[in-house]
Amino acid sequence: MESAKMTLMEQTFQKGLKDGIPIGLGYFAVSMAYGMAAIVQGMTVTQIIMISLTNLTSAGQFAGTTLLAVSASLIEIAITLIVINSRYFLMGLSLLQKMQPGIPLYRKMMMAFGITDEIYAVAMGQKGDVTFSYFMGLMVLPIAGWTAGTALGGIASSLLPSQIVNALGIAMYGMFIAIFVPAARMEKPVMICVLLSIAASCLFAWIPGLNSLSPGYSVVLIAVAVCAFCAWKFPRKEPEDD
Amino acid sequence: MTDVWIGIACMALVTYLVRVLPILIFQKPIRNPFVKSFLYYVPYAVLSAMTFPAIFSADVPLAASAAGTAAAVLAAWKGKSLLFVACIAAAVVYLVQTLLLCF
Repeated sequence: MESAKMTLMEQTFQKGLKDGIPIGLGYFAVSMAYGMAAIVQGMTVTQIIMISLTNLTSAGQFAGTTLLAVSASLIEIAITLIVINSRYFLMGLSLLQKMQPGIPLYRKMMMAFGITDEIYAVAMGQKGDVTFSYFMGLMVLPIAGWTAGTALGGIASSLLPSQIVNALGIAMYGMFIAIFVPAARMEKPVMICVLLSIAASCLFAWIPGLNSLSPGYSVVLIAVAVCAFCAWKFPRKEPEDD
Repeated sequence: MTDVWIGIACMALVTYLVRVLPILIFQKPIRNPFVKSFLYYVPYAVLSAMTFPAIFSADVPLAASAAGTAAAVLAAWKGKSLLFVACIAAAVVYLVQTLLLCF
C-alpha cells in the first residue's frame, strides 16, 4: 500500500514534463528534417504542421507525405499507415497492461494519442503503474517539439545546407539506439531479441524477393516472429516491476 | 488542394485508430505469461529492426553513417542519455561527412 502511494505521488504531471524534455529536443531535430523533406516534395508549411500535430510519428507520416505528394489513393495511404504504425497497436496493448487501474476509458483514449516509440519506451521504464497525469505531462514537450521542429524545418528548408539536414536525420536512429542498446546490455534475452531482429531486418533488406516487401510489413513480421520466439524461450518472471 | 487536406485527415484518423484500438478492444489486463513476455520484447525488436540496416542507407556516405552508428552504440552502451546519444550520432555523421568532402 505504502509503495503504491509513493508511485502515485512520484508520477506527477511535472515529472512527466521533465522526462519529456530529451524526447522533445530529439523530436525537434528529427522533425526539422521531416519538415525540410516535405517542403521539397511540394507540401505547404501549414499542411506539414497539421500532419505533425495530428500524426505524431516519424516513419508513418514520412511515408504518408510521400504518398500524398504523388497523389496516391486514400486506400493506399491508409493501408501503408496501418502497416507502418501497427507496432503502435502492440505498444498500446503492452502499455495498457501498465496503466494504473481505474483510469476512465476517455482518459485512456487521450493517452493513446501519445503512443510513440520514445514516449512508450520512457513510460514503460517507469517503476510501477503509469498514471494519467504523468503520461499527459510526458506527451506535452514531444508534441510541441515535433510540431515546432516541423514548422522551422519547413521554413528553413532552403536555408540549411544538406549535410546538416542529413546528419539530423541520423539523430532519429540515435534515439532508437539509446533505447534498445542499454536494455540489451542489462538483459541477455533482450540482447538476443535485438540481435535476431537486426539479422532478420538485414535479410529482409538484402535478400532478393524478400526486399520487395514494404518496410512496414517486414518490421511487423520480424517483431511478431522474434518476440514470439523470445517469449517462448525466455519467458519473463511474473512480478516484472522492480 | 482539397485532396491533400482529405489525405491529411485520412492519415490522422488511421494513425489514431491504430493507437486507440487495443485500448477499446482489451478492457482487462492480460494475465497470460506468454503474451506478457511477448509484449515486453516488442519495443526492442521493433526499434532495432527499424534502425538496422536502414541507418546505413540514409542519405550520407557509408563511412559517415558507420562512424555515427558506432558513436551512438558506444554512448548508449555507456548509459548516456537519449538526447546525448542522438546528438553524438548527428555530430559524428556531420563531422565525417565534412572531412570526406575535404579530400
